[in-house]
Amino acid sequence: MNKFYMSSLLAIFALALIAWVGAPALPWLFGIVLPYLAVAVFVVGFVRRVMGWSRSAVPFAIPTTGGQQRSLPWIKQAKFDNPSSKTGVFVRMALEILTFRSLFRNTRMKMNEGNRLSYHLEIFLWLGALAFHYAFLVTLLRHMRFFLEPVPGAIQMLEAVDGFFRLEILYDSVQFGLPGVYMSGLVLLAAAAYLFLRRLFIANMRYISLPSDYFPLLLIMGIAFTGILMRYFTKVDIAAIKQLAMGLVTFQPSIPAAISPVFYIHLFFVSVLLAYFPFSKLMHLGGIFLSPTRNMLANTREVRHVNPWNYPVKVHTYEAYENEFREKMVEAGLPVDKMPESAPEEMTEEEKE
Amino acid sequence: MALIEQLGLKKDPIVKKWFAQVVDTYPAETARFLRRQSDPFANPVGQTTLQGLRTLIDLLGAGFDVKSVQEALDPIIRIRAIQDFTPARATRFVFELKRIIRDEVPENQRSSEELQRMEHLIDEMALTAFDIYMQCREKINDLKANEMKSRTYKAFARAGLIKEPDGE
Amino acid sequence: MADETPKAEELIQIDHRPPAKQWMDVPVNIRKGMYCYASNPKSVEYLGLPNARPWNPIEEDWKLPENWQQILHEGFKERLEKFRSIKVFMDICVRCGACADKCHFFIGTGDPKNMPVLRAELLRSVYRNDFTLMGKLLGRYAGARPMTIDVLKEWWYYLFQCTECRRCSVFCPYGIDTAEITMFGRELLNLLGLNIDWIATPVANCYRTGNHLGIQPHAFKDMIDFFCDDIEEITGIRVEPNFNQKNADILFITPSGDVFADPGTYTAMGYLLLFHFLKEKYGLNVTWSTYASEGGNFGSFTSHETMKRLNAKMYLEAKRLKPKWILGGECGHMWRVITQYMDTMNGPADFMEAPVNPITGTRFENAKSTKMVHIAEFLADLIKHGKLDLDPSRNDNKIVTFHDSCNPARGMGMLDEPRYVIKSVANHFFEMPANTIREQTFCCGSGSGLNAGENMEERMAGALPRSNAVKYVHEKHGVNMLACVCAIDRAALPAAMDYWVPGVDVTGMTELVANALIMPGEQERTTDLRGEPLPGMEEADE
Repeated sequence: MNKFYMSSLLAIFALALIAWVGAPALPWLFGIVLPYLAVAVFVVGFVRRVMGWSRSAVPFAIPTTGGQQRSLPWIKQAKFDNPSSKTGVFVRMALEILTFRSLFRNTRMKMNEGNRLSYHLEIFLWLGALAFHYAFLVTLLRHMRFFLEPVPGAIQMLEAVDGFFRLEILYDSVQFGLPGVYMSGLVLLAAAAYLFLRRLFIANMRYISLPSDYFPLLLIMGIAFTGILMRYFTKVDIAAIKQLAMGLVTFQPSIPAAISPVFYIHLFFVSVLLAYFPFSKLMHLGGIFLSPTRNMLANTREVRHVNPWNYPVKVHTYEAYENEFREKMVEAGLPVDKMPESAPEEMTEEEKE
Repeated sequence: MALIEQLGLKKDPIVKKWFAQVVDTYPAETARFLRRQSDPFANPVGQTTLQGLRTLIDLLGAGFDVKSVQEALDPIIRIRAIQDFTPARATRFVFELKRIIRDEVPENQRSSEELQRMEHLIDEMALTAFDIYMQCREKINDLKANEMKSRTYKAFARAGLIKEPDGE
Repeated sequence: MADETPKAEELIQIDHRPPAKQWMDVPVNIRKGMYCYASNPKSVEYLGLPNARPWNPIEEDWKLPENWQQILHEGFKERLEKFRSIKVFMDICVRCGACADKCHFFIGTGDPKNMPVLRAELLRSVYRNDFTLMGKLLGRYAGARPMTIDVLKEWWYYLFQCTECRRCSVFCPYGIDTAEITMFGRELLNLLGLNIDWIATPVANCYRTGNHLGIQPHAFKDMIDFFCDDIEEITGIRVEPNFNQKNADILFITPSGDVFADPGTYTAMGYLLLFHFLKEKYGLNVTWSTYASEGGNFGSFTSHETMKRLNAKMYLEAKRLKPKWILGGECGHMWRVITQYMDTMNGPADFMEAPVNPITGTRFENAKSTKMVHIAEFLADLIKHGKLDLDPSRNDNKIVTFHDSCNPARGMGMLDEPRYVIKSVANHFFEMPANTIREQTFCCGSGSGLNAGENMEERMAGALPRSNAVKYVHEKHGVNMLACVCAIDRAALPAAMDYWVPGVDVTGMTELVANALIMPGEQERTTDLRGEPLPGMEEADE
């Protein structure tokens, strides 16, 4: 059991060590080759996985109906939880993807007397997941500044919002606060830590967790941690990093001097995450869009869904049925398609024997 | 006044300990859920048990009568009778209460009359638990044997579609 | 397996129990009362399904074919291509645990392997081993394990501890549907002949005679004739149902459970009264079929192919009898099949008309392709238009609550129609707590073919969450009648009520309607359809 998260933890340290030792010796490998390779694996892997899913047939329309169906005109339909129109499905998917609606259902229970802790924990799963994913997204978008020149206004705006809790007002006087603290990085680390600890300390979560659950969380924590380290604690040469990043995206890669080893660890972690992504559960990013219980219309009695591999099956026909029971049916006064050749009375005699 | 209080003990910690004991008879992965989920409809096993144990502690003392004890024990035993427990493991928790209380009672009171009376009542409680357990098992066996018969057979018999071998 | 009781584990063990193992290290223990008997070889053979032989789940040897692992592997592979649902659900679960405590079997048994996520992991672990790169490279570290006989037994045990109710699927952020996984898993098990008899024999019976009990056509009619006698006694009216009649307005199909087992029989009497009323008053002509006399489809608990083979009868019979459209009775999984499978499998039903209620003129737009309307929709429409003469006070001694059956709730979304009908015919109605009804309804614990007798402990454990909510309204509001729109509910819940909440009876929706329905020319009724005195008639009865 513990070997599962211990192994993941060890793997993370090993990766860090590899980058720490390897990068100064082989900067072009860690700075250029591996990132390119990782992106290639990510793109090809991701596309192949999604293609793989889409190649599989969707034989039946099996939406999970989460509310009132469309039926009689005076009965109010749950248009998003039981969508019978494309708009409905779109909204349902949007709510699912943007707000984790199904996860939120968890918390819809009434408060009862007694202890209240469990409700909070359930809200925390939704909140933790939401915080984690949005922080990840913002961090990702924020990093676009390294790949784009000039930096688009939208990203600058995002940074401004993300850095809302600026502490540098105090910077001059107290010499403590940090320049432009970005919420997203801290939230990402905290949320990932929460999700990790949850797996570690809740018995039933520990029971169901696999190394492939611990590893990506630890890896992301590693990325966030090295990122925070670079931004706030060790001085890194942002200009040099931008030069490297611009080199990569313009396919004129070069290794600027004076890049901190922490950066290489950061970059290596990101490369590993990218390369690992298509082979892991992280593919839920793509899979959610293809989940047939959520993305299908619940108008299955109104519009026929076609199964591409529908094939004829052996059925017990009415004819075979009547052939077997004809006499008894006639005797009981049930209509038949074909009258029996022998009189039913005789059959009764036979039966009596 | 409940005996618990006469012994100078607080009710809540005893209930809490006792509940933890009962919950610990389940797999660890389940126990947390049983302990923490306080919605009685999402967690009938945990909440029914907790309610029952609370009442049973209250009953130790003046209010102790067989009927009330039965009423409080029945929902707990009824659940345990169909779960993966031997009869002993299903009812053992009642005896555990003795140890829990004994551990709480100060040294000098361990042979007090109140404690002895309490332990006697707990024995009674345990015997009642056996009774209920057996009733539940009999009910289950009865359902196993007769459910089909009483539903399908009855309908057919009413319709006169079944010939009784001993019918006139 | 030798790594139990590690030191670090003890440190984080906040509770004082032995350290937990990883679930793959906990061997399956097939417990008496928690499983159903193995399928009768005769039934398996009749259907032409593989590996018909006598076998016993608690014996060591399950008499599997020599190459069973290969059969499973290839069956798995084939279905990954045929079902995107399975392929996606195998890949994207993140084990967030949202589903863990949503399953009635987990809640009732406390067995952690009944957490829906783990039920699926039983299959996923083999999937990873056989079909994924990570699984092949990292083995157990990627959550993979090879298929062994113990794994197979674990599959069998836990796939028959799922009622395909879909409650977990409502809470899953990716919509992973355990019902789909269980259906798929059982389909694989059937490749090896590992079904339970409570499913296999009803399927064979249904295939041959048209109903689960194997009742032959004349006996089917006898039974309904008997209901007519009973109805005559209660109302003084002789109802005359049509059987196998061609060119009727409507073909009526309902589960045979309503014809052959209490208390469904009273619901069947309700149908008869309703159709007679509509015939007398509006000239509507409804026919029953003895060939398609089973709405329920235990084939859907066996494999998609078997589901299709049984379901085919509905449209075949409609084609032969030429009704305008089909009316479906109260049943759970029958409506899952009708709603999400029938048209695809056996349609298009272009030989019928898009259903229109000839009495009210309402077009059932939502059923215009399947041509099949639910009786709750039909009744709600009739009542809304004031077409039924009702005296709800006849149900005044019934304090009613409504149990949403899983399939109409989560495979269809029929939530308000039955409520409207029940509230129109009964004056005392109380809902159970919000997280136990509608799309969050708890299963009866006996769905998907698990309503046998030998697994009574399993059924009672599964019924606990539902019964617990009933108990609440029973104690708070004096509820004494649990209404439902499902034949398995009517078969299974009486036992659950008997064990958990004595004093609560189970009824179908249409039974309540028929009690309240004022028939043209009826005598003064003194009893309800069960022969129990109507309110205020307690003395008159004697």
